[in-house]
Amino acid sequence: MKHRLAFSLMLAVLAISGAAISSRAQTANVAVNEVAPGLFVHIGEIALMTRQNEGAIANVGFVVGESAVAVIDTGGSVREGRQLLATIRAVTNKPIRYVINTHAHPDHIFGNAAFSEKGTVFVGHKNLPQALSRRGEFYIDAFRQIMGAELIDEVRLVPPKLLVAGRFKIDLGGRTLTLRSWPTAHSDSDLTVFDETTRTLFSGDLVFLTHIPVMDGSIRGWMGVMSELSALPALRVVPGHGPVGKWPAALDDERRYLETLAGDARALIDRGAPITAAAESAAASERDRWQLFGDYNARNATAAFSQIEWE
Amino acid sequence: MFGYRQLRVAILLGATLAALNATSRAAEPDDPWPGLVQDIFNNRQMNDGAEVVGIEMPYRAEDAAIVPVTLRTKLSPDDSRRVKAITLVIDQNPAPMAARFELGGEARVTEISTRVRVNSYTNVHAVAELDDGQLYVAKTYVKASGGCSAPAAKNPEEAKNRLGQIRYRQFARPDQGPSSTREAQIMIGHPNNSGLQMDQLTQLYIPAFFINELHLWQDNSLVLSMEGGISISEDPNIRFTYVSNGAKLFRAEAKDTEGHVFQKSWRVDDPGT
Repeated sequence: MKHRLAFSLMLAVLAISGAAISSRAQTANVAVNEVAPGLFVHIGEIALMTRQNEGAIANVGFVVGESAVAVIDTGGSVREGRQLLATIRAVTNKPIRYVINTHAHPDHIFGNAAFSEKGTVFVGHKNLPQALSRRGEFYIDAFRQIMGAELIDEVRLVPPKLLVAGRFKIDLGGRTLTLRSWPTAHSDSDLTVFDETTRTLFSGDLVFLTHIPVMDGSIRGWMGVMSELSALPALRVVPGHGPVGKWPAALDDERRYLETLAGDARALIDRGAPITAAAESAAASERDRWQLFGDYNARNATAAFSQIEWE
Repeated sequence: MFGYRQLRVAILLGATLAALNATSRAAEPDDPWPGLVQDIFNNRQMNDGAEVVGIEMPYRAEDAAIVPVTLRTKLSPDDSRRVKAITLVIDQNPAPMAARFELGGEARVTEISTRVRVNSYTNVHAVAELDDGQLYVAKTYVKASGGCSAPAAKNPEEAKNRLGQIRYRQFARPDQGPSSTREAQIMIGHPNNSGLQMDQLTQLYIPAFFINELHLWQDNSLVLSMEGGISISEDPNIRFTYVSNGAKLFRAEAKDTEGHVFQKSWRVDDPGT
């Protein structure tokens, strides 16, 4: 399989360099690993989205069945989406029947426009359309300033046609993916994808490894979802950010972080501290255990404090 | 007085500015403040507020939906003038006028903390109006948040479930005595929708739905009131200091843009929920 992939990649590069494709950025492919048979993953850089990294910070992947392909998240720019598409085409020419978005955040959906072909169905959590309408335009404006117009002007918000509420199975031909929508946790539109064949879980941002967890939903909701998630019969997880991990051990760091954050916020509230104190001190003991701690912890703490205040 | 008409002006103004910014993105964005002074304060003279009013915000808006802000009055206790009102203006927000607080005559409120939404890099102004009619301004600058932070609700369903709940809390202060400064907090469960998002199915704007009025009294004496806009975070939260007048009851009344009225009262010596 490795050989075949390398060979196909070469073919793809040849094909692309020969073709007159209008986009300037024909770096062609994102690097992928085949982490289980027919299941490919690109591990994003652990970083914020920037012009330099072209928004390619989230893990994206695809699963190849006997008759069709499903893409799981499309990356942080249309350019990344096109590169992912080129990689897929280097592996298989089967039709891309599904593009599944694990939630509404820009690093997971900004590549959607690269896949808007006839016959491709976009799939998401039942709350995803609402989340896109509440946040999408804001994300586009904010990231135009950060990443520049060239990368962002071509971004299109593509709301899902197929909405998942609860569990939903999709068939790629001899290969079933089980999709599952979750109550508000990391965000209000978290969807997981479980490949029954290889027992691999695409968790979206319900699981972070190495990259500090980012809480944009409900801290208590997330802790609850994690305990349900841990019961899934997976062998491995493709997290939203960070390396592929063993299941369910991959949940341990994140659980500890969220418990620490919630506990510290609770203690601050109990002694009457203001919300600004949470930004300064909650989960400080976790500082050396995560990358991007300085970028996200104060924000997580602020959000956690404002939620735990209502308990 | 700030009302619907001015809010509309503010929204329109914000939209115009956004359009201007979009066309001249590379250049330094035009400073909206002079226009805001005209629209919100009728072009009245702005005096340097360094010794009258203070504003504190984090340098970076960590979470765009929940940015803490603290306003302080800085007049010395022997100053014969009194701060009547403080207006909070977030220059680059779609509705820059975030809130106008009126301070009760005898409650001697010196500190007000709340949480606001911040859409982008922006100056934030606090304008104090004294009882001699003069305006004093202080400002700070806030950098936009990064990442996937957005000034929208994280959990819209839960916000709906909390609609109209009011919670009160009294904080212990080391100097607490019968006539000394107290510190309290009011939280109101409300989604405080901005109304600026389009529903993708209907292509109509989701209507604005927010707390636009809040009054707090000890017995029948006004402690603090707020006229709010869509820049106040969901579940509006106001923490403030005041001086007790010996009243036994603390009362809160909030109104929203759909005409709901939420009321609650507490015994002052109750630490709250």
